[in-house]
Amino acid sequence: TMLSNLISFSFQQRIEIHKLREGDNLILGFSIGGGIDQDPTQNPFSEDKTDKGIYVTRVTVGGPAEVAGLQVGDKIMQVNGWDMTMVTHDQARKRLTKRNEEVVRLLVTRQSLQKAVQQSMMS
Amino acid sequence: KIEPLKVTVDFLKVPLGLKKPPLKEALAALPGKPKSQILERHKPRRSDAMDNESQYSGYSYKSGHSRSSRKHRDRRERHRSKSRDGTRGDKSVTIQAPGEPLLDNESTRGDERDDNWGETTTVVTGTSEHSISHDDLTRITKDMEDSAHLDCSRHLGVALGAALALLAFLTPLAFLLLPQLLWREELEPCGTPCEGLFISVAFKLLILLLGSWALFFRRPKAFFPRVFVFRALLMVLVFLLVVSYWLFYGVRILDSRDRNYRGVVQFAVSLVDALLFVHYLAVVLLELRQLQPQFTLKAVRSADGASRFYNVGHLSIQRAAVWILENYYHDFPVYNPALLNLPKSVLSKKMSGFKVYSLGEENSTNNSTGQSRAVIAAAARRRDNSHNEFYYEEAEHERRVRKRRARLVVAVEEAFTHIKRLQEEEQKNPREIMDPREAAQAIFASMARAMQKYLRTTKQQPYHTMESILQHLEFCITHDMTPKAFLERYLAAGPTIQYHKERWLAKQWTLVSEEPVTNGLKDGVVFVLKRQDFSLVVSTKKIPFFKLSEEFVDPKSHKFIMRLQSETSV
Repeated sequence: TMLSNLISFSFQQRIEIHKLREGDNLILGFSIGGGIDQDPTQNPFSEDKTDKGIYVTRVTVGGPAEVAGLQVGDKIMQVNGWDMTMVTHDQARKRLTKRNEEVVRLLVTRQSLQKAVQQSMMS
Repeated sequence: KIEPLKVTVDFLKVPLGLKKPPLKEALAALPGKPKSQILERHKPRRSDAMDNESQYSGYSYKSGHSRSSRKHRDRRERHRSKSRDGTRGDKSVTIQAPGEPLLDNESTRGDERDDNWGETTTVVTGTSEHSISHDDLTRITKDMEDSAHLDCSRHLGVALGAALALLAFLTPLAFLLLPQLLWREELEPCGTPCEGLFISVAFKLLILLLGSWALFFRRPKAFFPRVFVFRALLMVLVFLLVVSYWLFYGVRILDSRDRNYRGVVQFAVSLVDALLFVHYLAVVLLELRQLQPQFTLKAVRSADGASRFYNVGHLSIQRAAVWILENYYHDFPVYNPALLNLPKSVLSKKMSGFKVYSLGEENSTNNSTGQSRAVIAAAARRRDNSHNEFYYEEAEHERRVRKRRARLVVAVEEAFTHIKRLQEEEQKNPREIMDPREAAQAIFASMARAMQKYLRTTKQQPYHTMESILQHLEFCITHDMTPKAFLERYLAAGPTIQYHKERWLAKQWTLVSEEPVTNGLKDGVVFVLKRQDFSLVVSTKKIPFFKLSEEFVDPKSHKFIMRLQSETSV
């Protein structure tokens, strides 16, 4: 008999997004949620419901974020070296949308599920 | 006939013969006079009787009087509960202390001699057979002797109680007057202090008089089957007090012809003070003790399950029963026998259709039970759709009621628009001006049919005659009520007291209890108040002990934050 286990672990990833210019704005193509001034229990992506970090809630199809490899549910740990784990929602937004930066380098944490197939002892 | 307005709750009316019409002798005959006496007598034996205000007006004088009162004629106890015969009347049980109770107490007290009086575990003894005669309230002649006899004993009891009261009242005056009359010349003159004491005696006696009247001599609310133990005790107390004072007076003052008049006056004042304190004790025992709620009584009507909860304090079972009845008449919806049973179409005869064949052994001994059991078991297992019928029948009935009700409401609303109050300034032809009665008659016709149909559907038509509807309409018109206010009486079954007197003429209730009815309420006591067609089952529960603890909340500690859930796109 075969036993399948699902192992969940998180790994960090560095993502570099080149902002897209649309008119007068520089857009990244994703949406964020979370922050220390928000209600962490409403976060559908976090494993720990007291986690007040910044999470990616949506990624626009074909946008710069998707091209760079950002996925829904990623937790943003740093933006260009600035810590994002203990910021308010508005501070996070500001750090991501600085007008004089064209490239943002994010350090994100992603949870992943991997199936591990194990042979049972018996067989 | 008994005064119609008297709502007398006569417990065990018949046997105890407690009921005594306040003014008339003709009270339903209580044939059970001897029984009542027995009951009464039995009471005092009980040491734990804790009837605080033994109101048992009615009971008291009835039973005790005849016997014991005669025996204890010499015992003139102060009638704390001296109820004057007038109290017989009907309802008020508690506070009025018709002398009867006292007297009964006395009589019961002296019941040591009456050893042959049986136990009175339940008050009901003998009631059952008499309850049937209750219905013959109209047969006064038959009851005449009984009632006369009972009234006689009651009067006796009241008279004794009154005598005791009078004795207690006049004693201080006698104390004051006797020295003046007998050895006036030898008395030392006593100036202003004595005058002050005289005034105080006068006012205290006046207060005592008024207080005793208020506490003991008002009309009782009901007739109780048994004596009030507390009243009896108070009577004994007063009697002992007065007797001991007379003893001292006779020995110390009369015999020795004491010259110090001031001392005599002070002696008399001290007696009045002692009497006032006994009165105070009576107030506390008879009135105040039952005010703090200690028990919750649940009263359930056996016929249709209507139930209510009441909070009472320390009361004896009989007084709790009166309390329940007083509240029953204005809390419980009126008993409507037409609404009790499921329609016949719903209840099918399930037992039919089974035939029992016994195979094998033929012992006829337990055949019948075995057979019936088999039939019952088979009937239970058979697929039964009567609940379906019941459900649809009910739904249909409800729909019909709602339709009729809608028609009624519309008819009444329209009828009310036809009349209006005459304003002062308006000038109208005198022929057009109507008084409320005529106005009611004028608009009644348009709503009569809808009203009648609605009452028929809700099976209320026995409770409302055309005359009563007209009267109510007149009443509502006079007081400028809206159609909705007029209809409030008909759309829902109201409490019993709202209907015509004959509907709640049931003044005869029977108290059935396993414990002696002068026992106090305790957790778990159950008693039943019976009438011919239904009964009220009352069970007692003690109110739990509450542990209240405090928690201090700083007003500044109330702080709040917003629950935010923003999503920003970047």
